[in-house]
Amino acid sequence: MYEKDGEKYFVVDGHMHFWDASPANQKNKYGAGFISCFYDYHRNLSPPEYVWPQAKYEKYTEQDLMHDLFETGYVDIGIFQPTYLTDFYVNGFNTTEQDAVLKEKYPDKFVLNGAFDPRLEEAGLKDFEELVRRYNIKGVKLYTAEWRGDSRGYKLNDPWSYRYLEKCEELGVKNIHVHKGPTIWPLDRDSFDLADVDPAATRFQGLNFIVEHVGLPRLEDMCWIGTQEPNVYGGLAVAMPFIYSRPKYFGSIVGELLYWLGEDRLLFASDYALWHPKWLVEMFVDFKIEGDKASELPELTPDVKRKILGLNAARLYDLEVPAEIPRPAEPETEPVGSETSA
Amino acid sequence: MTTEAAVLGALGHVRDPELDEPITDLGFVTDVEVGEGAVRVRLRLPTYFCAPNFAYLMVADARAAVEAVPGAGRAEIVLEDHHASEEINTGVAQGRGFAGTFPGEATGELDELRLVFRRKAFLARQERLARSLLDAGMTTERLAAMRLGDLEDGDEVRKYLARRAELGLPVDGDAFLLVDPAGGRVPADRVVASLRFAQTVRISIEGNASFCRGMLATRYGLPTAAPP
Repeated sequence: MYEKDGEKYFVVDGHMHFWDASPANQKNKYGAGFISCFYDYHRNLSPPEYVWPQAKYEKYTEQDLMHDLFETGYVDIGIFQPTYLTDFYVNGFNTTEQDAVLKEKYPDKFVLNGAFDPRLEEAGLKDFEELVRRYNIKGVKLYTAEWRGDSRGYKLNDPWSYRYLEKCEELGVKNIHVHKGPTIWPLDRDSFDLADVDPAATRFQGLNFIVEHVGLPRLEDMCWIGTQEPNVYGGLAVAMPFIYSRPKYFGSIVGELLYWLGEDRLLFASDYALWHPKWLVEMFVDFKIEGDKASELPELTPDVKRKILGLNAARLYDLEVPAEIPRPAEPETEPVGSETSA
Repeated sequence: MTTEAAVLGALGHVRDPELDEPITDLGFVTDVEVGEGAVRVRLRLPTYFCAPNFAYLMVADARAAVEAVPGAGRAEIVLEDHHASEEINTGVAQGRGFAGTFPGEATGELDELRLVFRRKAFLARQERLARSLLDAGMTTERLAAMRLGDLEDGDEVRKYLARRAELGLPVDGDAFLLVDPAGGRVPADRVVASLRFAQTVRISIEGNASFCRGMLATRYGLPTAAPP
């Protein structure tokens, strides 16, 4: 919960991790390269006082996470988005099972999401069903660029992806978080291509597709698909930290997303431990979009911020919102993709 | 033998296809060594996991650009600190093409990918020109009727015309300024909607370029310019 100028905000961190990228867990040069790339993201976009030493960044503790999210970071509920990367890390980077340890210890603090990999076909389908039943999972994080053996990724509209998405419908796993890049199959396509989200979202209208990182670096594709598909949402992980180092760019991103998708389809996220939620929440609540005169960007009112910070995610995950949080009025202007799903 | 300046000049025409800027301006070229009958160029990118297809295009384009310099001879392009450095450097040196460099993982060459990003770059540059005209008070009707010959010459205009030419779009003075990437004229009643989407494309490209510069600076400990 965050409070500023008499306004109260319920905060759901829509994308966070409890990873182990320590040298002992790195399987190869790719594991070392992956966390070092993450660390550059962290160093490049964090205020200096929030930059961690590399060793802590590679493996932080349960105490770090609980303190940073819930004691200082204003987060009410964090959504674990697993990222397996078992080709890079001996025990995986951040698996459902690893996250489940904290979920079991602090059941009210977390939503535990799972994952599937359609390339595991029939055998993986059984394991996935077991995972969902075991942990009562309501959402999955799919990393379509994940390497597996010789494969550099898969598409969301592959036949086996559809089989898994049908299973999601059957089991009530209704939130599909999709993470794009930096590789793809086949490699000659744009690595961050969102084209496969479109047919999948059309076919599975009972599922919500949350495009992580709001499709960055393909903001334009994200906006375009979002106007076509009412069940496509934007997760703001990775976009959020621009609020500090490139506020004008951040304002443009949010302005474009509000224009094309609207205020009901954006979800706040820190991507912890990539960034600390405390400064993201504080700066976001203070933020005003400074548009140039021609762009007519929508206004970020406290109600809009309340939706983005927590109410939208609460709706997707049926989370209980405290009574003291005001329920926002309906938006005055409809976004271009105006058929928002409830 | 050629000179380092001539090689750098040639590399100044090699662009990051995604960011639409020369690799020399982006800080991707770290070293040029001119030898007898051979030139060696070293390249670096903002992250270890930058998309391998764009990386490949820049290495292959750099090789072609340098070998076109009179007296350069053979060009060896060395991409460093990238997850696919080895495959890309060898693939380009041996002229294997992209599909031959990544057997089983690629179904074709990168012409289609290049075309997609040339179209985006064109849209973004056209929007920037159109927006400055609208900001200066031009009406959408007048803008829709504007021809290339009406533009004031300048660096941005020349770059825009070059992007048009690459797409095979007309660049003569009588051609209309506002066209879609296939060359179709944008009518007055479609100007606003058409520019509205192009604006998103421009914001995306500009933002990505600024972020990539920042990541390169962080990765290699370079001084950073103040954020725009």
